[in-house]
Amino acid sequence: MRKRVVHGAVLALCLAPLAWLAVRAVRDDLGADPIKTVTHFTGLWTLRFLLATLAVTPLRKLGFAALAPYRRTFGLLAFTYCTLHLLTYGVLDLWGEWGTLVEDVLKRPYITVGFTGFLCMVPLAWTSTRKWIRRLGKRWVELHRLVYVAAVAGCVHFIWLVKKDEREPLFYTALFAALFLARVVFRFWPGSAAATKARNSASLSASP
Amino acid sequence: MLIRKNRFAEPRESEVTDPALYLRRREFVALAGLAAGALLLPGCSRASDTPADAPSKSTDSPDGFKTSEAETPFDKATSYNNFYEFGTDKEDPKENSGAFVPKPWSVAIEGEVAKPGTLALEDLAPAAAVQERIYRMRCVEAWSMVIPWRGVPLADVLTRFEPTSRAKYVAFTSVLRPEQMPGQKRDVLEWPYREGLRIDEAMHPLALLVTGMYGRELPNQNGAPLRLVVPWKYGFKGIKSIVKIRLQEERPETTWNMAGPSEYGFYSNVNPDVDHPRWSQKRERRIGEFAKRPTLPFNGYAEQVASLYAGMDLRANF
Repeated sequence: MRKRVVHGAVLALCLAPLAWLAVRAVRDDLGADPIKTVTHFTGLWTLRFLLATLAVTPLRKLGFAALAPYRRTFGLLAFTYCTLHLLTYGVLDLWGEWGTLVEDVLKRPYITVGFTGFLCMVPLAWTSTRKWIRRLGKRWVELHRLVYVAAVAGCVHFIWLVKKDEREPLFYTALFAALFLARVVFRFWPGSAAATKARNSASLSASP
Repeated sequence: MLIRKNRFAEPRESEVTDPALYLRRREFVALAGLAAGALLLPGCSRASDTPADAPSKSTDSPDGFKTSEAETPFDKATSYNNFYEFGTDKEDPKENSGAFVPKPWSVAIEGEVAKPGTLALEDLAPAAAVQERIYRMRCVEAWSMVIPWRGVPLADVLTRFEPTSRAKYVAFTSVLRPEQMPGQKRDVLEWPYREGLRIDEAMHPLALLVTGMYGRELPNQNGAPLRLVVPWKYGFKGIKSIVKIRLQEERPETTWNMAGPSEYGFYSNVNPDVDHPRWSQKRERRIGEFAKRPTLPFNGYAEQVASLYAGMDLRANF
């Protein structure tokens, strides 16, 4: 029961940014170009939840296991924000110009890359249930390595779209890089379980 | 002393937000609410009453000096700015320009002119010479506004200094004051900001040296106290806080062109047929409107300025 309450609270917290956005929309407080504001907002939160998702495993290895049950929640929220991001752009921004949507995806590298990132997340969201985890077994782990592709795509998308000042996208890229690095370190750290395992067999280590 | 109570202080009829536009804000809010609830399906057609179509040129005065399109509300035009000297976010200029001191101000005019010199702002744009123009402003980022400017035709100013026959281009330089312009402390762009025009462009009656907007003095975030407005070009050509105007034979270096030569050309005329390498220039969002509208060649001023570029390949000279 308590677990449920905690989980509900975490979920509510994760959705709070969305509520905040809705409040701002109702108060007409989204700036001069509201659609751009919403696009940027949902895009940023996609990256933040991807970061949270990818931070769970390294944190667990450092002894913070409490977050472990929420990795799926964070991942699904990243997907939710990403879907909203895409809808904002594809529906609100390009209202009625479906041709432009196709053209953008094919012709504009930063949109092609961003869209690729979204596509990578679709099967991850789809197979996030216990049933699918059981059904896919080891292949589930392999499939879910796509999250790395999505993360890289998200960073490249962000870097490519800014006009000049790249500090913000580079900041997010650095955070992702740190989480990637953490995985390398944990894998090859002498004496770590993963290193031992890697030495003993060539089999792929457990979770992404 | 000239004591003339500001005759622009009263809001004019054209300054009042078009009620139709105002009402459409709710449409956006409703849609945003739907999106927020993840309920937005491609099938739901809420805003089917699309806003006004492309502005027909009949809404402009024949000389292009005044458009009757709905003006962008003052608070939007002064809170959504690209002025990297004060930061790279759109809200930064308003937030960070409070410490900027636009007065007193003088401008140096030099180079290929018979009478070079430095002029105080009051002499450069005396109140009696100031005109009002209502122009469309199209940003290279695919958004646009309609802004009532006050200023003096650039041609009138240049003529006073008697350009020589070697004056083929006009180079403009912005002020360099890192202590008052926090954005200049980082080299996002090469400071000070520079822009330039071909002499015939500079002499065109639409090119305006601006000292005010919406019947008031130019706010710091919009380029106080003196900026350039060239309505048929992308907004970044409108250099702000000008301290130097130089006439010269060679084409001047311009800031955004130096920063990204493949993305920002010297001419940078508004052109829906030449995309920015990373985004389309076919359409634009008029600030305050929901659906995008088509972008017009030369930002709707083709009738007045297209002849300047007769025979030029506008794709190569973007």
